[in-house]
Amino acid sequence: MSGPMLDVRDLRVEFPTEDGIVHAVDGVSFTVERGKTLAIVGESGSGKSVTSQAIMGLLNRQSANISGQALLDGVDLISMDDDEVRTRRGSTMAMIFQDPMSSLHPYYRVGDQIIEAVRVHQQVSKVQARAQAIDMLAKVGIPSPERRVDDYPHQLSGGMRQRVMIAMALVNSPELLIADEPTTALDVTVQAQILELIQRLQEETNTAVILITHDLGIVADVADEVMVMYGGRAVEKGSLDDIYYRPQMPYTLGLLSSIPRMDQVIVDRLDPIPGNPPSLINLPQGCVFSPRCTYRDLVPDGRCGTERPSMDEPEPGHFVRCHLTQPQRVEISGRILAELSGDRA
Amino acid sequence: MTVFIIRRVLLMLLMLFLLCLAVFVLFSLLPADVARLTCGKICTDETLQLNRIRLGLDKSVVEQFYIFVKGLFFGRVYPGGAKDIICDAPCLGYSFTRNEPVLKLILERLPATIFLAMGAFVLFLVAGVSLGVYSALRRGRWQDKTVMGVSLIGYSLPAFFIGLVFIFFIIIRWQILPFPSYVAPWEDPGQFLQTMILPWIVLSILYAAFYTRLARSQMLETLGEDFIRTARAKGLRERTVIGKHALRAGLTPIVTAAGLDLAGLLGGAIITESIFSLPGIGALAVSSVTNPDQAVLVGVTLLTATFVIFANLIVDILYAAIDPRVRLS
Repeated sequence: MSGPMLDVRDLRVEFPTEDGIVHAVDGVSFTVERGKTLAIVGESGSGKSVTSQAIMGLLNRQSANISGQALLDGVDLISMDDDEVRTRRGSTMAMIFQDPMSSLHPYYRVGDQIIEAVRVHQQVSKVQARAQAIDMLAKVGIPSPERRVDDYPHQLSGGMRQRVMIAMALVNSPELLIADEPTTALDVTVQAQILELIQRLQEETNTAVILITHDLGIVADVADEVMVMYGGRAVEKGSLDDIYYRPQMPYTLGLLSSIPRMDQVIVDRLDPIPGNPPSLINLPQGCVFSPRCTYRDLVPDGRCGTERPSMDEPEPGHFVRCHLTQPQRVEISGRILAELSGDRA
Repeated sequence: MTVFIIRRVLLMLLMLFLLCLAVFVLFSLLPADVARLTCGKICTDETLQLNRIRLGLDKSVVEQFYIFVKGLFFGRVYPGGAKDIICDAPCLGYSFTRNEPVLKLILERLPATIFLAMGAFVLFLVAGVSLGVYSALRRGRWQDKTVMGVSLIGYSLPAFFIGLVFIFFIIIRWQILPFPSYVAPWEDPGQFLQTMILPWIVLSILYAAFYTRLARSQMLETLGEDFIRTARAKGLRERTVIGKHALRAGLTPIVTAAGLDLAGLLGGAIITESIFSLPGIGALAVSSVTNPDQAVLVGVTLLTATFVIFANLIVDILYAAIDPRVRLS
């Protein structure tokens, strides 16, 4: 089938609480093509994990109001009934989580956990499912998988456990894989291996991948497209090159200048973005980023604080949500990128 | 696993020995003169002296303990009187008040207690855990609040109160059930059930309340775990997520509590047995206090404590069966 694997349109997730309504995701749209990787980047509380959980149907619909569309291969997941989403979960779409230490059930053998995943979606015998599990463990690079299949999670290292999680997610050959901070809890050397593994398996199976992270360093390695989220909204979206070489939204610029760089000769202090992420209950009226934005005074009439900016498309495929004019943004961006590369020189 | 069990069993034997010692020392420290207690109404100095020798009270405490422990394995003879009294191994002591070996008295009373304990155990565990799980799944809604409220009431009502209310309304006022009169189930199953149903319910109300709250908090904690989210992400049915993944992980503290509670109940539910006049261990203990019979008290104490130690062993083994991390560490 043609068309994107996943097409999310104006997704909104609200949690009514005693303190007010939490606007966790506030009108997010994006697409992911087969065989491509979309990285969703943002700080904690920017709505990236909630977005993925809404797509997977992992949010409790009694405590969350979800609206908008998430078309998986053309079929909307949001309006679908729970049981139908469940049959797609783990088969057509799968997910890997942040902490492999706690994401596997400590009381069951890793093999049995994978076998369980196989047998929910495929009509196969236990023996066949076990063969699939061993096969998959071998594919994710676990040594002597026919022995490891009977291990308990606590007998494996963190990296091995994440490999098991990946094996479990991919065992039913999903067409969409959501990896929610898959390397955050791992050692740096293991991080690279895990990312490489996800990429290799993606190439083999042409899976669409959503990589959720706050680490722009790993985004540069694996992503085709990048969406930057802030305060529950997408603030900038584009190809990897758009975001890294032609960023236009001040928040993205802030993120880029706060990456620690190994190649920096003069070790300056990192440039943090001043202020804190907004409360999702009382979102600023205008641009969500405006209270922390250094450039808000460049916009006349204080519009940043009063008027919500719309998504502009200054270049084809590159979207920016900002009140600054296009020339202003290009000028600021050029200056900051020059400073960054100046740092590096 | 085998090494684990052997280690636990050896530890248990040591515990049992220390337990005997502790019970023996405690009771020999009591200010009561056992020789006088067993002497009867017309008590001459001569009989008293004879009793003292017969009970071994003329010997040192260490020697007495040795005789006591030896009696457990090889039996014991109480000399003197018209003829020697022989208490076969395992001899827990001899009740001169009742003129029976303590073990025989206990064994006579044990069935009623076991039936009471087991029946109540099954009832309160099933009711408590299922209500707790139900409550957790309906967290914050009216069903949850109702269950929690009712269980708080059940938790705070004393056994004698619930027992007496039941007797008053169900037996006396409405005459739904006859007055309790214990018979063994193999003699008259109908009457057995009629007698046991109220004591079972009374005990269950008390204990189920606790297990409801425990199961609920356990379940809520487990449902928030990452591996539950993984189970859901796999596309498992909610039934499997709860019944298989969440319940097993939340089970461990329930197993501990249940093991110890069962052991406690097997040692006699004093109040419930007394109210419903069940001829159990608890009732035996009470009558041995009101009509002092130290030999029986020592026996019952030892028995109850042994049950607790055994329950601990079984809980440990169950732990290992449930949680592989315990087994392999």
